Amino acid sequence: MAILSKEEAQALLKKVLAFSKADECTVSLSGSESGNIRYARNAISTSGDISTLSLGVSASFGKKTGSASINEFDDASLEKVVRRAEELAQLAPENPEYMPLLGPLEYKEPIGFVPATAAITPDQRADAVGKSIQVAKDAKLQAAGYLEDTTGFNAIMNSKGFFGYNRDTDVVFTITTRNEEGTGSGYAARGFNDITKLDTLSTTKIAASKANGSIGARSIEPGKYTVILEPVAATYMLSSMFGFDARSADEGRSFLSKPGGGNRLGEKLMDEKVTIYSDPFNPELPASTWNGDGSENKRINWIEKGVVKNLSYSRYWAKQKGVQPVPGPSNIIMEGGTMSVEDMIKSTERGILVSRLWYIRMVDPQTLLLTGLTRDGTFYIENGKIKYPVMNFRFNESPVIMLNNVEALGKPERSVNVESYRSYLIPPMKIRDFTFTSTSEAV
Amino acid sequence: MGLGALVMPDFMRGNPIDPLAALNDGIDVKTKKELADVALNAAKAKGATYTDVRIGRYLNQFVATRENRVQGVANTESFGVGIRVIANGCWGFAASNNVTKENMAKIAEKAVAVAKANSKLGAPPVQLAPQKGFGEVSWKTPIEKNPFEVPVKDKVDLLLAVNAVAMEGKASFVNSVIMARNEQKYLATSDGSYIDQDIFRIQPNFNVTKIDRASGGFASRSSLSSPVGMGYEYLTPTPGSKVTGVVTRYKNRYDIMEDIKAATADVDQKIKAKSVEPGKYDLILDPSHLWLTIHESIAHPTELDRVLGYEANYAGTSFLTLDKWKSKKFNFGNKLVNVVADRMQPGSLGAIGYDDEGVEAKKWDLIKDGILVNYQVIRDQAHIIGLNSGQGCCYAQSWNDVQFQRMPNVSLQPGKQKLSVDDMIKGVEKGIYIIGDGSFSIDQQRYNFQFGGQTFYEIKNGKIVGMLKDVAYQAITQEFWNSVASIADESDYRLGGAFNDGKGQPGQSNSVSHGCSTTRFNGVNVINTARKIG
Repeated sequence: MAILSKEEAQALLKKVLAFSKADECTVSLSGSESGNIRYARNAISTSGDISTLSLGVSASFGKKTGSASINEFDDASLEKVVRRAEELAQLAPENPEYMPLLGPLEYKEPIGFVPATAAITPDQRADAVGKSIQVAKDAKLQAAGYLEDTTGFNAIMNSKGFFGYNRDTDVVFTITTRNEEGTGSGYAARGFNDITKLDTLSTTKIAASKANGSIGARSIEPGKYTVILEPVAATYMLSSMFGFDARSADEGRSFLSKPGGGNRLGEKLMDEKVTIYSDPFNPELPASTWNGDGSENKRINWIEKGVVKNLSYSRYWAKQKGVQPVPGPSNIIMEGGTMSVEDMIKSTERGILVSRLWYIRMVDPQTLLLTGLTRDGTFYIENGKIKYPVMNFRFNESPVIMLNNVEALGKPERSVNVESYRSYLIPPMKIRDFTFTSTSEAV
Repeated sequence: MGLGALVMPDFMRGNPIDPLAALNDGIDVKTKKELADVALNAAKAKGATYTDVRIGRYLNQFVATRENRVQGVANTESFGVGIRVIANGCWGFAASNNVTKENMAKIAEKAVAVAKANSKLGAPPVQLAPQKGFGEVSWKTPIEKNPFEVPVKDKVDLLLAVNAVAMEGKASFVNSVIMARNEQKYLATSDGSYIDQDIFRIQPNFNVTKIDRASGGFASRSSLSSPVGMGYEYLTPTPGSKVTGVVTRYKNRYDIMEDIKAATADVDQKIKAKSVEPGKYDLILDPSHLWLTIHESIAHPTELDRVLGYEANYAGTSFLTLDKWKSKKFNFGNKLVNVVADRMQPGSLGAIGYDDEGVEAKKWDLIKDGILVNYQVIRDQAHIIGLNSGQGCCYAQSWNDVQFQRMPNVSLQPGKQKLSVDDMIKGVEKGIYIIGDGSFSIDQQRYNFQFGGQTFYEIKNGKIVGMLKDVAYQAITQEFWNSVASIADESDYRLGGAFNDGKGQPGQSNSVSHGCSTTRFNGVNVINTARKIG
């Protein structure tokens, strides 16, 4: 019984809170039911069913806070965990950044829960994987993939009267297909809240087509190229710039720091085609409508037509700076354009189509310079046509510089970054002067 | 691999506990054996041909500070059992935190049911290498001081003293942490092993930053400590533990107060340093840096599960394909390059008595005189390379994760001829001496890599002439290891490592060390990483 209803969670949290003798107390419940299948070499390698439910208590006396958690729910255990948190709070050092709890909040109901996903059975999971393996076998390829679905909830109540409840579902499917000789590799990834939208057969066909299309890659010189980044590649490239944190900017250690002090709020930092925002009610990428600190998540623009429109301020940092707190991004959505990837290829005289990027690491946080490599399908474009697959490249590029060099944007798609396991809504994009610094034989 | 950032790490999963609760004994070995026997019998009765039962208690402590304040103190405990079986020729796994005799049988039966369900999809049957049972045995990391017995206040006081040194040195920011881990693992197998292990690891770390408001730039330097398989004694320096030179580096013990002073001074030099001219340089790589290059370019590609394609959808495969190993003449590096895998190395993160499928710790060659001679395997892979036993490389990060192939300590052997770092520098006309690990990236088959570092010293005509910045080197693995010009002798040998070597879906972390002496590489491509935005 890992998933509690709103009413069940509320009743349990009220009971726990009643045990508290602290100045302020927050109690939280989180639970999940998840299932996964991993496969490689066209056969299942591991699978698992994991169920969790736990209760957390955070008690504060003045600016001293202690936390404890438990996964037993009889009355004696509930009281014990509250006492334990209070004892730890008495022993804790004072936190000068402690902020008093927020009171009741009226928030709109989140929309991330899909009953069909919550109802998935092990047989359905196995069937979905079976279809994927069959596609690979038919294409004379080896499939390695991973399917994971999760139904989760979290609920928070505090002694000032705040209560929040969120329930959501998620399914992530990733598939890599390779030929026996190891000379071709293709990848596809899909993420949804609604399992009925997942089609492992067509997704594996995309990976298979990339794998067979990437055989016989030629080596071309690294350098600056116009690139067309498919949504999953663009997502990998952009994920590291989405914190939009005012504090690190004000402290001078972020790409959003202003030389001489302060931050770049209000400055035009990117091409005017670039608008990036959060919206918990986006049906393709819903998010929680409230935050752990008791504030509301609403639609907010971070970058608007290339200008830094908002930065995230924790309640502590907002107080220091005399501004209103702004919760961090609840999700990330980048506005797109109308051009299809095919049209982007047609409009390109000389360029590279990039299916996916990999092993991206920060080289310089001051400029957000990143390095990483292309992977699973890289193609040379000449005179509006894909001419041939090319060997993978290493790049050294900053997403900030890249978003100054936008030629065109396509329709945003939900993409998963498996290095962080977060989903984003990002368009395919055509970028000029993208910097490749070397090549790699890796397939 | 994700480097140890100064934030709450992923491995801190588990329930928050009182620091003193970590010193409770947990359940005794006799009870664990009784519980495990219930599961072994239940699995066998349901048709399992092999079973292993892991009853695990995992303790973590994380003390984090920033400038003059404590950011967080967290203690976590995770306790439960994971049962793995072979039934109908397939693996099955189930886990629970309800560790009672009644539930042990149920979990074992669930694991068998999972194996039987998976077997319907027709995978080739598991071929498990034989392993003799060891009976009731135990192993413990040889520590002098249990880090969990040291009061949190002592750790907080030490870290705040570290921060004070940085702030006195006009640092803009400083973060410091101490992380301690204890794996109390009991493994029972149907081979007849009942293995009780108590494994300790510790990592002190800091990062100091200075902002140059005028230029809008900043520079940071991280500690030159490394995570180790030791107790709190790691933080008590001894005279023999220091390697002097352009900056003091450490082996076996760490002087955090000395290093923070050096780091704070280094940051001033980094801000003023000359931006590197891109081109070919001879590189001299300190062990505090080279461990990470070894990790990424040698340790990962010699993992047999990557070679076979089991990681193709996530971490990737490997360029060290079976045909290269079979040829017995694939020159991974030149003749100076000798690399060993070792699960017994004292003080290392990978040191154990037995692995998570009952194989005793071993040591073996991976690269001999430059030639690829072996891989890292577990029991169900051993037959693929003609071995009749596992190598002690099976590991699960917790009781509720299934164990799989994880790397042992993988280390470059020191040079056989007497050679100091000073003498090595004297022979370089145009070079860069790199200390500490920084940015790192490598492709999914481990051909092409790029590494940064903490500090970079320019060498001209055999002498260090000053600090450089904006340095990263790019190379192809086989070319790089064939460009080794010399390796310092054993007196310079040191370990580096990480708590968070990542692999698998769902992801799991492994703790691993890599040893080496300072090594010179000739003619490596260096790029300049400076850019301008806005």
